[in-house]
Amino acid sequence: MPTESILHAIPLERPGTNRELMKLTRRQLLSRTVAVTGSLVLGSSFIAASNAAWAVEVKALKPESMATLIQMARDIYPHDNFSDALYAAAVKGHDDKAAEDAEFKTLIEDGIAALDKAAQDAGHANYLATGWESDRTAILRSLESSDLFQTVRGGLVVGLYNQPEVWAKLGYEGSSFDKGGYLYRGFDDISWL
Amino acid sequence: MSAPFDKNDDSVVVIIGTGAGGGTLANELAQKGISVVALEAGGRHLPQDYLNDEWPSFSQLAWTDMRTTSGSWRVATDFPNLPAWIVKAVGGSTVHWAGASLRFQEHEMRVKTEYGDIEGANLLDWPITLADLEPYYDKAEDKLGVTRTHGIEGLPGNNNFKVMKAGADKLGYKDCHTGRMAINSKPRNGRASCQQLGFCFQGCKMGAKWSSAYTEIPYGEATGNLEVREHAHVLQIEHDDNGMISGVMYADQEGNRHVQKCRIACVAGNSIESPRLLLNSASTMFPDGLANSSGQVGKNYMRHMTGSVYAAFENPVHMYRGTTMAGIITDESKNDPSRGFVGGYEMETLSIGPAFMAAFLNPGAWGREFSSAMESYSRMAGMWLVGEDMPQEKNGITLSEEKDQFDMPVANVHFDDHPNDIAMRNHAYQQGMAVYDAVGATQTYPTPPYPSTHNLGTNRMSEKPEDGVVNKFGQSHDIANLFVSDGSQFTTGASENPTLTIVTLAIRQADYIAEQMNSKAL
Repeated sequence: MPTESILHAIPLERPGTNRELMKLTRRQLLSRTVAVTGSLVLGSSFIAASNAAWAVEVKALKPESMATLIQMARDIYPHDNFSDALYAAAVKGHDDKAAEDAEFKTLIEDGIAALDKAAQDAGHANYLATGWESDRTAILRSLESSDLFQTVRGGLVVGLYNQPEVWAKLGYEGSSFDKGGYLYRGFDDISWL
Repeated sequence: MSAPFDKNDDSVVVIIGTGAGGGTLANELAQKGISVVALEAGGRHLPQDYLNDEWPSFSQLAWTDMRTTSGSWRVATDFPNLPAWIVKAVGGSTVHWAGASLRFQEHEMRVKTEYGDIEGANLLDWPITLADLEPYYDKAEDKLGVTRTHGIEGLPGNNNFKVMKAGADKLGYKDCHTGRMAINSKPRNGRASCQQLGFCFQGCKMGAKWSSAYTEIPYGEATGNLEVREHAHVLQIEHDDNGMISGVMYADQEGNRHVQKCRIACVAGNSIESPRLLLNSASTMFPDGLANSSGQVGKNYMRHMTGSVYAAFENPVHMYRGTTMAGIITDESKNDPSRGFVGGYEMETLSIGPAFMAAFLNPGAWGREFSSAMESYSRMAGMWLVGEDMPQEKNGITLSEEKDQFDMPVANVHFDDHPNDIAMRNHAYQQGMAVYDAVGATQTYPTPPYPSTHNLGTNRMSEKPEDGVVNKFGQSHDIANLFVSDGSQFTTGASENPTLTIVTLAIRQADYIAEQMNSKAL
């Protein structure tokens, strides 16, 4: 799959933002919890932050697979000041697509099985349980040409970096016309030169 | 007769495309009292519609109909169906352009003479000189309101410019300023002044930047002599038994086909669509496509030597605040073969938002090196490098196996860098990084070319009919009432952003067409 094939089909609607993720109280979360791994809580049809800050409903993929996609997304474009919610929003579309497209669901689930197999071959329980980022990225490098990797990375270019919450984290101010542009708001305010 | 015109009215001039070339030509002819039908494949978007949001704006404006690519250029790998980043809308790519308006240099009109024979390059001197263009450059600069010409004040420098200027000064560059820009520094000719929005590429919501969408087109329409048909996607140009153009066939938004008869047809669909249309119009009389007795239609495609340098600094820059192309260093645009290549390049500030940065900084890259670069976004400065590339006969537009929504073969865009292009890019990267290193860059990012914004040369102008497609007025060597009115008529590309020269050629061509019509030569 061409790496940036997103750019010719261009569905380019903004991906689900974390505002659209489920809101759960900690009590609700704990009552629905069936498994815990890493910083994520897995339910039968959802995954959530262990502090209940956010949760995402999983429609077609296994909750473990969605948790793996979120970890993969962070390992591909690691930003330590981004919450998992931003990565969850960026990969949520794969679950939506898997719900409508069985072939795509297989691509994702088989890809994740291969990822876990590669982790096991490297002496880890699975991808999620691989402790160091460098060990996980080594696994990803070995599968860089796989459909799973290409799909996830290609989707992240827009899925992650087109979120206004991400722009704010990166220090970008977004739309300016509605604020009168930058003529009186610091277009030439550089002071360190 | 006034607009709208009947499809059987064969007295009209049909112009295909409404961008820098077509839009300007349409207005110039309409002002002279000539009846014009302009066929525009896209819809009409005006400043109130433009979006300060990169991807949604791209969806609104960009030409995303299928195209294919081949060749060793990286765009063919990273963006195989997006060889060019140009606009499908009334106003064409003048909606999207940054506004840089530079005249060609004298030697750039005669590069075969100046550079000599270069292996693999299909160099040719233009059949006109800078002196021929100067009076028209004057008119074009006045029309566009180009800063630093005609007594128009320059724009103020933004943060991105200030970083470039400080670096340029440290390196000893002499000619660095806020550019000659078709962006109003003061209200002028009904257009507002720049409020430093930072979204020049998404369409200027102030209307401070010149675009034919809200100048030439409505001015022409106001005369009653210009009719613009939107969503009129031209499929073929038709000719009569004498080999003269008789009409233009197009599909409307519903896919219904129509033929507009005409006295003259002018092709201004840019350097990808214009040759594609001539090739798709092949007939028994013209089996290789229209205007193609030379075999040069679609060949010698140029896209400028480009690349970008972004740099991260310790402290904030906020490069995205203010005009996208906020300043220029012109010192490297001379021809100085001692640098290891012929021709020259301009260094122009550039900024893209994080959404586009993620797609274009280093397509395909991932991991902490990439995300660390993204995290430096607010501390980043950036520049675009744009220089003369070598015309090569093998680079060009051919008809693909793939068909478009109207069942017409799409354009395949083939491009390989010439060794001269590569040597120039490497030099430009080094100099660009040196500019930023001189003011304390902590990281520099030599960024590969984006999908092409400057598409040139595929119906080139030549003195002799065997060397090119059109004569010195953009008139087909083969078919007298067929003109090319866009950047595809460029013989060579020069180092300057092409829009001002496209507008200049269109104004000159309008005078010629009017004269030919008056004298009944056409």
